Amino acid sequence: MRISVQEAPFELGAESDAFAEGVENAGAVVTFTGVVRDADQGGLQAMEIEHYPGMTEKALTEIAQEAMKRWSLADALVIHRHGRLAAGERIMMVATAARHRKDAFEAAEYLMDYLKSRAPFWKKEILEGGGTGWVEAKDADEDALKRW
Amino acid sequence: MDVLYFAWVRERIGLPRERVETTAATVADLVEELRGREDRYAAAFADLSALRVALDQELSEFDAPLDGVREVAFFPPMTGG
Repeated sequence: MRISVQEAPFELGAESDAFAEGVENAGAVVTFTGVVRDADQGGLQAMEIEHYPGMTEKALTEIAQEAMKRWSLADALVIHRHGRLAAGERIMMVATAARHRKDAFEAAEYLMDYLKSRAPFWKKEILEGGGTGWVEAKDADEDALKRW
Repeated sequence: MDVLYFAWVRERIGLPRERVETTAATVADLVEELRGREDRYAAAFADLSALRVALDQELSEFDAPLDGVREVAFFPPMTGG
């Protein structure tokens, strides 16, 4: 299991390959990648991602450990960036490896649901006109945790 | 103890962290104390339902005791992913 909180971009292909090659006895590997999308009203210049150093790593580790246990994963990977990102840049990725795909998919969704609402990151949109706005948490994101 | 602020809480108060000497028994008592300091604190803590709190880097509740706590953090609901 690996958790990385970093400012630098990551290589999706290299990370996926290294993850898949590092697991034994897993018939399924799922990866998910989150990308900075344009603001709802358009004109996004950048996304600033703030986090709580120390708590972030701790929260992500606890979330990933729980996923490892619940779905008997062979391995799990979480990479999450912070700092200033342009539209189209990759923000984060998760990867899960399990004997069967159902477990790998479910565990990846679990990781995503939890790190959306329980890992201390906050996103701020910087618009081309100079305006800024903090992205608000959605009720749907909180509700998503109830299914687990 | 160290008190940390993130996202718009940090912006409203105007600093990321500070050292606070307090005898507040619970998080809610500490919030009450901070609110009484200056308008910017009152503005940041106006609506507690819009805030979350972590004690020593674990999510907690506003009625939680502060006994033995070294680090308190206030922030809006998280938006990771």
